[in-house]
Formats: sequence, C-alpha cells, structure tokens
Amino acid sequence: MADDPAREPDHESAETEGPAPIADEVAAVVVERFPGSVFAESHGQPVVYVDRSVVVDHLLDGTRRRVDGVEPERFEVVMNFLSHARNRRLRIVCQVPESDPTIASLVPVYPGANFPERESYDLFGITFEGHPDMTRILMPDDWHGFPLRKDDAAARVPVTFKGDPSPR
Amino acid sequence: MSDMTHASEREETRLERQTDEGAQQLRPITREMVIAGGGMWPQDDLGDTMIINMGPQHPSTHGVLRLMMELDGEDVLRIKPVIGYLHTGMEKTGEELTYVQGTTNVTRMDYASNFANELVYSLAVERLLDVDVPERARWIRMMMCELSRMASHLLFQATNGMDIGAVSMMLYGWREREEVLRIFEFITGLRMNCNYIRPGGVAADLPDGWQQRILDACDTVCAGVAEYDELLSQNPIWLERTVGIGVITTEECLERSITGPILRSTGFPWDLRKAQPYLPYDEVDFDVIYTSNGDVYDRYRIRLYEILESAKIVRQCVEKMPDGDFRVQDKKLTPPPRARIDESMEALIHHFKLFTEGFKVPAGETYVAIESPRGEIGCYMVSDGSGKPVRMHIRGPSFYNLQSIDPMGSDSLVADAVAIVSSIDPIMGEVDR
Amino acid sequence: MGLDQVPHNFVTARLEDLVRWGRRNSVFPATFGLACCALEMMATGAAHYDLARFGMEVFRASPRQADLMIVAGRVSQKMAPVLRQVYDQMVEPKWVISMGVCASSGGMFNNYAIVQGVDQVVPVDVYVPGCPPGPETLMHGILTLHEQIRTGELLRRREASPTGGAGIDLGREPALTTS
Repeated sequence: MADDPAREPDHESAETEGPAPIADEVAAVVVERFPGSVFAESHGQPVVYVDRSVVVDHLLDGTRRRVDGVEPERFEVVMNFLSHARNRRLRIVCQVPESDPTIASLVPVYPGANFPERESYDLFGITFEGHPDMTRILMPDDWHGFPLRKDDAAARVPVTFKGDPSPR
Repeated sequence: MSDMTHASEREETRLERQTDEGAQQLRPITREMVIAGGGMWPQDDLGDTMIINMGPQHPSTHGVLRLMMELDGEDVLRIKPVIGYLHTGMEKTGEELTYVQGTTNVTRMDYASNFANELVYSLAVERLLDVDVPERARWIRMMMCELSRMASHLLFQATNGMDIGAVSMMLYGWREREEVLRIFEFITGLRMNCNYIRPGGVAADLPDGWQQRILDACDTVCAGVAEYDELLSQNPIWLERTVGIGVITTEECLERSITGPILRSTGFPWDLRKAQPYLPYDEVDFDVIYTSNGDVYDRYRIRLYEILESAKIVRQCVEKMPDGDFRVQDKKLTPPPRARIDESMEALIHHFKLFTEGFKVPAGETYVAIESPRGEIGCYMVSDGSGKPVRMHIRGPSFYNLQSIDPMGSDSLVADAVAIVSSIDPIMGEVDR
Repeated sequence: MGLDQVPHNFVTARLEDLVRWGRRNSVFPATFGLACCALEMMATGAAHYDLARFGMEVFRASPRQADLMIVAGRVSQKMAPVLRQVYDQMVEPKWVISMGVCASSGGMFNNYAIVQGVDQVVPVDVYVPGCPPGPETLMHGILTLHEQIRTGELLRRREASPTGGAGIDLGREPALTTS
C-alpha cells in the first residue's frame, strides 16, 4: 500500500538473536526493531506478529491457526504493507484483547489509514488512539452495535411463502 | 524525508479542523455558518463560508456518494466525502456463504468490472487450498479480466464525459460497452454480475465461434476509442475543463494508499500486472500507460489508452489460447459435468455435496492483490478448516482512492469538484461493501 | 367520431383518456440509481435499448420535475431516509418501479444492512425482478406501468388506500376520484 522509509534503514540485513535467522530481510529488520515480535510465514508471504504498539487495518475474530509464541486474543488487527521500491509485501498482525479494544493509530505516519481505521471502529468497535476523526463511516451515526463482530447477528429475515403472515 | 513531514504537517492542520465533527457533519473553519437556501445573507464580504451538501442522490456522484463542501463563493475550501449509503454487509454475508457461493457475493462489489472481484476471491481461495489452476483456465481468466477492464473504462469515458459536459459521450460509451456486454452474455450467460471465475478455474468452457466474435468486438471498441480521442482530446473546452484540475502528486498518492490510474497519472508506472503478475501477463506484450501531470486530463487519457492496451492483450489471448481443462480436475472441488450426473451415483453425490455444503479449505490466512481498473483490489481471507470463511475482507481500491478527494479538491472551484470526483472513478459498491 | 354535422377538424375523446395518454407517454424518471442495476438502467436509456421511443430518455435529476422513481439497486439503512425524502419531494402523480431483486425484496443480501424490500419505505407500483434485470426486462416493467396508467388502475388504487400503500399514515388527502 505505501512505501515505508521510516521503517527500513539503509540496507541493513539484520539477524535476530533467536532461534533461526529470518529469511526475509525486511521482516528481520522489523523484528529487531520491535522486540518480542514473532516471525511466521503464511503461504509464501512473510508475516510478523507484533506487540500492541504497532497498528492495523482490519480485524477478525474467532478460531484461527496458532503461531508459536503468539498469545491469541479475540481480535487480530492486520496491516498489509507494500513496498514499491522493493516490490514485496509484508503483513503485520497484532492481537487486541476484547477487554481493552484500543490500539495506536497509523494516521500520523500514513494519512491513508484514516478511512480503514474508521471502518474498523465502525464494524468491530476497536478504537484507534491518535486518529483525528474516530466516527462511524459505513453505518448510520446512531447505529448500536458493531455489525461484523461474531456475536452481532446478521439479522436475516426468515424466508416466507405466499399466504404466510408477513415477517415485517 | 523532509517532503514527507511537509505533507504530514499540512494534513495535520487540515485534520485538526475535523476533530470535533460528527461523521456526517461539516463545521466551517471561520465563525458563522450560512446554509444555502435559508437564513439572511450577511452583509460583510469577509468570507463567511457556506456549507453545501451534494448527494447522495445526484446525477454526478457516481453512485451514492455524499460530498459536503465548504465554499467561499465559488471556491471550494474543503471537501468531506461521507460514504456508507451503499453499505451492504457483504463481508458479513461472505462469512455465511460457502466458498462455492462466495463469488456471487463478491462480484457485486465493483459492479463495473465484475471479473476482477471474482478473480481476487478465487485466487485467495486457491492459495489457501494450495491448488494450481490449469493453463487454459488462467488464459481464459486473463482474457475475461481484460474485457471487463475495457467495459469499465468505457463506462468511465461515458460518465466522465457526461459529468464534464460532453453529454453525447454517454451514448457513445454505452454503445461500445454493449459490444463487450454481449460478449459476456455469449460466454457466461449474463451481461453483468457473471459469477464466471470461480475457485478452481472458470465455470464453463468457451463456446464455439468465440474467437471471431471477440475479435470483432475488439475492432468495434477500438474504432470507438479512436472516435472519442478525436472528439475530446484536443477539444479546447475539454482541455480548459480538465488540464491542471485536480492535481495530485506521487507522494500524496503513496501516503494515502492510492493505486491505479490515479497513481499512474502522477508519473509512477506501478501496475500489478507487470510488477507482480498473477495471471500469464508476462507471456503477452502490452504497455503500462502513465503520464506525469496528475490532473483530470491525464487520468482521462490513461484510461482511454488502457482500453487499447487491453484490446491488444485480448487479441493475443485469442491467438495463444492453450487447450486443456477449464477447471481443476479435482472431484472434491469441481462439480461433475451435468451429463455425468445421470450416469454415475458418485457424480450425483459430489454435485449435491458441493452445492449444498461446499468444499472445506484448510486453516490459514492470505492476502492476494490484483490490478482492477480502479487500482489494487485485494482479498484478505482467513479460513479455519470449515466450508465458510472466518473472515473475508476485500480491499476495495475506490475506498482508498476516495481519500484523494481532499488533496485534489481543496482550492478548486465547485464545477471542478464534479470533474475531480468523476476522474477518481469511484464505484460505491466497493467503497461501502 | 363525435358530431356528425361537423365533418372535419374535430376529434372527441374522453378527458381521462387524454390525460392518461399524456401521463404515460412522457414519464420522466428521477435518477435514483444506487448500485449495479443503475448500470442496466443507464443501458436501457442508452442508444441500443432506447427509452426515448417511450418518451422517457430525460432522466430528471431534481425529483420535483420527475414522475417516476426507478429505485435501481440495494437500499441500505443509511439510504432509506434519503429515499423517502426524495419520494416525498416528487409531485403527484408519481409512480415507483422497484428494479432488481435487491429493491424488491432485499435480494441476495438478507442481513442487517439492507432494507428488505423498498416497499417498506415507499409504495411500489411495479416490481422488476432480476439481478440485475436486463434492459429488456426493465422495459417490460416500464411498459407494464404504462399499461397500468392507461387503464387507470393506479388512481383507483390510491383512492382505496389514502396512504398510498406502505401503511404509512401521512395525513394526506385522498387522490381525485375517476369514474
């Protein structure tokens, strides 16, 4: 999505002190910068699991595959990065607990995260600290609830047949 | 680095003003508010700004987009887009549909180029399944995607022309688009929302006589494009209304995750078909169109020539189409041919299971991105081993591209605001999902 | 013909026939294209499936100048009040065509975000099914509407239910009676 000059210092290929050297040099740098993060690979794409200080794009909850060293919480906030200069992608995933669904906002670094963070707030209820305009974007302003959470019903109208009393 | 802080500063002051507004409100920067159509006009001419609301029902807003504009006379100081009027809960619906049914849902997001949505969803599912699609299927997909790119850009020419004032462009654009829609009906059975590209390949093989029909359609479309070029590209009124309007820089685009023709109009030739080919684009010959001014005229020109490039690709597909299967021949993924159902009990059972329960996808997550006519469309999918996705998120390019309204539209005129929104070419289906 | 003593230059007809002829042959649609159906509606108005032969190519942007609202596309919760407001701004006589399955019944989107049928918000005269309905289907719907205007069924319906359908009590006057 956007280039990342602040995060990639001049061509250091760092290795972490840890179990195995990380194949992807970009991920290696990120892991070194944020201690406590864990690297994994998902279908050939590098993924880094970080602590809460890094931000994200959209959320999911429910059961998922476990990565060693990562404590799963209810929400995962995911940010996909694209580096045009290096022509590669990186995904950063952050676990957000249900009891305290807040996370730092990326808007000061990438103004383009404005809309997606509002969407995440609107549909999941995760608040982004530092976002200039934390309001609903897709649902009406006075909507109650966060529709994409698994415990929010899809509100399906049951199928009715001719002659049935109308469900409305 | 210094340029980036510059842009962030400007953005900060602009964002500061928005802090205590609601999602659907716009508060003026200066003291008093005059709402158009009511109240006394103030006597002083010191620039009390006016707030007007454009949309969501408006012929020029490309679907249900609401723009709140703060005006000082005819000058636009600030534009705030309010979206959500077409929010369909497609991501929630996507969690309730099986992987076989998923493409019917996703195809209605970017409804101007349906195959792009279907393709990105299918690629994500196939990556989670770890299957390879046969060569013929990949070439058919490429051909259909390029045809849908042509249809989408023709739609852009029509609506963009009409918004800027060349009303007859509406008729010309649709006339050529009908040719492409007729091809879709010939091959897939439907003009729009085709549900043709499915996980595992495509739904059916190409019918007899497809080569000649597609070549004829390409010829008609290219002749039409030549007509639009002659009509508009050197037209002084058109140039007056589009050159220098809605300028955006590469850096502003990259900060806001803007991709597609908008990014290419700023001088940055980024096209996922060349950079990270997801279909056999490296085996056909085509150019990436890019310009350097970043204004409305450039974006019109880019989309016009992209139609010709897509026609080039389609002609090469017709020439080079390999033989083979149109779907993965895995009984657990692909339903059997209809004739077999009468003969074999196993085929009947497979058909039944696939269309009621669907197939199961191993647990995992992935993000796949392709180049749709509007930019990078991506699908982030998380699966948990069952027949339905846990999370299916589509990164709609127009959702991010709409954030470009602010740098483009500030300090412009009201008439330019229409041209600018039209040149972004948003499709609200994928903005709101 | 009417008067036998006057051999030419006179044609007589019933006033209501003339009124209905006028109304059905120049219905001006209001632009209410929301989603995919809007593209098929524009295709119907374009050169190949010409709506101008029915007098309808002029899509009025302002609802005050329009007779027909073709609700083309899915109506979300946020859009429903806007829909009602635009409908209210239209001047009588007015008609509504619900184009596509999403407008008619919520379509394939049976969830929290979509109004399950636009007739929950406005009274609908003709439902056009399809996802999206091709231009020929939409034209069939429009011609059905023309037929209903020609036979005057609509005015009788409105007289029967002064709220104009949808069960919403607006305190309006009942429509003019016709015989």
